[in-house]
This record gives sequence, C-alpha cells and structure tokens, in this order.
Amino acid sequence: MNAPESRRLASPQLTQISAAGIDVPVKAGAEAVDPYRIGEPGAYPFTRGIFPDGFRGRLWTIRQYSGFGTAEESNERYRFLLDQGQTGLSVALDLPTQCGYDPIDPIARPEIGKVGVSLSNLGEAEVLFNGLDLAAISTSFTINGTAAIIYAMYLAVADKRGVPRAKLTGTIQNDILKEYVARGTWIFPVRPSMRLIADTILFSNDATPRFNPISIAGAHVRDAGATAAEEMAYTLANGLAYVEELRRRGGDVEKFAKRLSFFFYVHMDFFDEVAKFRAGRRLWAQLMKERYGVSDPKAQHFRFGVVCGGSSLVAAQPYNNIVRVAVETMAAVMGGAQSIFTCAFDEAFQIPTEFSAEIAVRTQQMIAYESGIARSVDPLGGSYFVEHHTDRMQESIEGVMREIDDYGGVIKAIEDGWLQMRLAERALERKLRIDSGETVVVGQNHFRRDDQRNEIGEVFHLDPTVAGRVLEKYQRVRDTRSAVAVDASLARLAQAAANDGENLMPYLIDCCHAYATVGEMVATLKKEWGEFQEPVRL
Amino acid sequence: MSVTPERAAALLQGKRIVVAKPGLDGHDIGAKVIALALRNAGAEVIYTGLRKSPEHIARVAVDEGVDAVGLSVLSGSHRELVRQLLDELKRLDAADIKVFVGGTIPADDFAELASLGVRGVYTSDQSLAEVVESLARELT
Repeated sequence: MNAPESRRLASPQLTQISAAGIDVPVKAGAEAVDPYRIGEPGAYPFTRGIFPDGFRGRLWTIRQYSGFGTAEESNERYRFLLDQGQTGLSVALDLPTQCGYDPIDPIARPEIGKVGVSLSNLGEAEVLFNGLDLAAISTSFTINGTAAIIYAMYLAVADKRGVPRAKLTGTIQNDILKEYVARGTWIFPVRPSMRLIADTILFSNDATPRFNPISIAGAHVRDAGATAAEEMAYTLANGLAYVEELRRRGGDVEKFAKRLSFFFYVHMDFFDEVAKFRAGRRLWAQLMKERYGVSDPKAQHFRFGVVCGGSSLVAAQPYNNIVRVAVETMAAVMGGAQSIFTCAFDEAFQIPTEFSAEIAVRTQQMIAYESGIARSVDPLGGSYFVEHHTDRMQESIEGVMREIDDYGGVIKAIEDGWLQMRLAERALERKLRIDSGETVVVGQNHFRRDDQRNEIGEVFHLDPTVAGRVLEKYQRVRDTRSAVAVDASLARLAQAAANDGENLMPYLIDCCHAYATVGEMVATLKKEWGEFQEPVRL
Repeated sequence: MSVTPERAAALLQGKRIVVAKPGLDGHDIGAKVIALALRNAGAEVIYTGLRKSPEHIARVAVDEGVDAVGLSVLSGSHRELVRQLLDELKRLDAADIKVFVGGTIPADDFAELASLGVRGVYTSDQSLAEVVESLARELT
C-alpha cells in the first residue's frame, strides 16, 4: 500500500499560493483595506455579515446530517441528537428515495437504507417524525431529484397531525443543477426539472413562508474537485439560473429571493474559506441589487449553511479529523454561516457511531460557548490581509462566472457535459498534487507512519434485516391503501404535468395523502417528461 | 503540471478497461479520475456513466472484449454489486475478465472481496501511480 514516494522525512515548505490558487502576500498593508467596499455588518453589501449583531442575536443552527436504515431507527437517532442539544434535524435519505425508485425495484434492492433512511411513502414519513414537534423543530432534507415529492410528503405529515403549514420551518436542498454536475441523483431532463423547482419555490413562498424551498449547493462540486472560488462561482451561476426561471414563471424577485439559501463545504485552507464566504455574500447582494434592482435587504441576503469535513477528511490517522473539523468550523463561524454540520471523524469510512457523532456536536458547542470567537460580529473584518484576500477571491469567482457565461450559460454547459469534464480534470489535478506531496495531507502523504493501521475504534454496522423490514412495510402499505384513490391522484398528476403552466405541488400533496409511493409519482412524471440523458464525455 | 503519473506512463498500453458505476451511487468523480489516469497510462477506457446494472456492465465488457472491469462504489453496496457482476460474467462465460473495485470500501471487506474473485481493491489514499502499477501487474 505504501509507495516509497509517500514516505517523506523532510518537512515540506510553506507555499505562497493558497488552495484556491490565490497568490498570498507575506504581508498585507493598510492599502489593502477599502472601508467603503467592506461596509458595516448587517448593511449592504454585507461583506461583514447579514446581521448587525452577528451571532449575538442568534447562534448558528447546529444541524447534523443523519439518517439510515428504517424510519424507526432514524427516528431514534433524531431523538438522541435532539437530546444532545442539536437544534435542527437534517434528514439523510437512501439512494432509492433520492433517485425515485421504490424499494422493490431491482436496482434499489442493494441500496435500501444504506446512505440514509428509506422513505417511500407517507406511512414511513409518519414513523420518521413520530413524537417530534414539527412546529418547533426545523427539518432539512438533502433531497434533489425527488425534492418536490419529499416536501409534499412533509406537508402531508403536518396536515395529518394538524400542524399549520405556515408554521413549518426547514429546508429542501432542491438544487438539481449541481446534481447533473457532481452528485448524480438526477431523474428528469434539465428543463422539466427547472419547472419542478420553480413550482416548489412559488408554492412554498405562499404556503410555508418560513421554509427554505431551495438550498443552492456548491458543496458537492467542491468535494468533487472544484476549488473554493469555483465552488462559489458554480453556485452563484446556478442561483442566477433559478432566479431567471422563477422570473420567467412570473415570480417576484423581491419575494422569492428572500427564501433562497445556499450550502457549501469548508475545507482546510482557513483564509480561503473565510474569504470565500465574505466574497460570495457581497457578490450575491451586488447581483441582486444591480442586476435585478432588488431593494429589500432581506432579498439581498446571502444565507448559507456549511459542512465541515467531507473530502477533506483523511482515512489515515482518523482521529486527526477531529482537529480538521474544528479548524473548518472556526472558518465557517468567521465566515458568518447560518447553520453548520460537522462531520464525525470516522465519516471518511462509515456512518458515524453515536460516539463520533457526539464529538462532532461537542466541537461546535466548544467553539460557540468556550472559544469566544462568536461574540463579536465578523472579528476578522478590516484585517489588511483578510480584506485583501476577500477581494482576490471575489475576482477569482467572477472570472469563473465569466467563463461559464462565455460558454453559453450554466444550463448549456451542463447539457453538453462541459462543466462535468472540467470538474473531472480539476479533480485529477488535485489528486496528482496530493500524490506528489505538493499538497500536504498530514498522516497521509507527509508525516506518515507505515506501522499504523487506520484504527477507528467502534465500527458502525447497519442491521442486515433493514432491507427485509423496509420491503415488508412497503408491501403492507400497498395492501391497505385505497388503490382507487392512488390511481385517481396519479392520473390528476399526469394531467397537470402535461400542462406547463400548472403548479404541481397540490397534486403531489394529494398523491402523498393517498399513500402513492415515490416510485409511482416519479414513474408518472417520467412518462410525461422522459429521463435525463447523461452526456458521458471523457 | 503533468496529468500523467510519469512513472506509470504507457504501462497499460494495449489494454482495454471498462470503468463502471453500478447501482444508484452518483459520486462519479473517483471513477472519472481513474478513467483519465488509466487512459494517460495508455489504456483504452470505456466509461459507462451512472446507474448501470451489473447485467449491463457485464454485457458491455463482453461486447467490447475488455481485459478488465473497474467498479466504483461509494454507497456501501459494493458486496452485493460485485457479487452480481461476477455472477453475470460467469453466466456470459467471461470469467477471465478481471474485476477491480474502488471507492469507500472498509478494510474489513477486502478479504471477502478477494475471496469472491476481485483482483484488486483501491481506496482514495492510494496514489494513481500505485493503482496503475497494480493493474499493470494483474493484467500481464
């Protein structure tokens, strides 16, 4: 396993180029700071944060991504996390649910309950949220291809419990564009997918005004190889594509822009990350104001959640990951994140155990309540170097956005496979830089001990009876629901899907109430719209 | 910067390899990086794209007359998917096509995969040069 090239005895040199490719001066001076460009916290252009009082007014949401196996097991884990002081739920769904296949589908069988919970119909959702107060907790769903359906299912659970829809808070990721580029849970072609997203946002703005109907995510392209600047650039470009689609559908940008939210990874280059968030927040506000004439500050706000960890976690010497996650969390706080998910140190290998999941939550609590870094808003603001780096980062982001525009826009770049190819090349470069030792990964390509195994202590084992139990419950729902009601609701959905101007959300909610399954709703829509044809370009 | 691990250049000259994503896992960047690295090492690479069934992958491997299939799985479903692919290759009388696996594979599973007939398991902490060299050894 260990090639001679990966054993390095000499300490590496500090380089002057940041991970994002930005030239870092050894010393930045007063000339780097332009007070007008920086502004004040809570004021346009929001370089220093969207709130004047930072985290003093309200701490970020501690939101751990979690879910596996059956609804019963995930419900139990959620109760555990809430008992530990977690303030929001983040639901991980299994791949069949994400890709729109029912558990009985042959392609679904090996994946049931593996990377998240299986949620094929309303019956499962009722179990998943059993005993949790939907009016009090905020629930985030990492769901894209089937986001409209899962959102409909959440509304149906609330309806059945008598919780007013207007009280619901939470987020659906619902960002299909990045799925085509990096994460791969696409279902329909790009254009009907854009329609479905506009449907959810327009519906949600009225029905669930405190809910975030989209979380435009750079996290996955970042993990796949993009630099910090590219991550932000792709995300803003996708964000603008959604804005255009919503305007085309007659949406009012002053209204819907208030509910757009964003989502990123934080990797280890501390000042790249801080600068990325400060620059992205400023750039988005500028785009909203200057390009779209948005005047309400809330509609200029760039609100975002983050993940600390991801592909920056290392399998070698896994306990070191606790430190990595802590450094990244500090960068997220300095960058002004609204919600933070800290990965567990063993997440490079497996679904976290309760032991590792608890350390991840405690990391955030120590940073929030012991370190003191959250007391003053944007404590790095005005630093010669940080302002200089933020400006360079913004230029870099704008450069990438221009390249996408020059190609013909983000949708064309995705349909042609241009963006995907670009990302693959970037990933290859990143890997070769790690292989050569140019990028230092402590414990892996430098300071490595070849006499150690990657011990992680307790190992998480998914109960092997999960698939069987999921299939049994699925069959029970199929046997007990009214087939007539299901068929009728699906027929109305098909009719609505054929009519471009119709908002599909009410039809999907009806289907959920009738206990139609995710697979049935997706199959109905596929019949109308077809499936995305992946451009395989290498 | 060179996009070829230099010491691995041309090691796979004349080899034909399918790089495949079985099942529903959509994390394809590892598969694409490996595909690019194998191509840079001289191999002719056929990348399947996402969401292919083991039956489809085996059929492509046989039709294209390849030397090897590399499966990339990050969802934890590698054991089931590998077993299905190997069965399918046997059924098509193509058990001589060598199978390799990469992705998020716990070390505890290496022995089981080897006993099923997998010729190599690769994870992200290995260098591309190591992967190419290992494949070259197995394919000669």
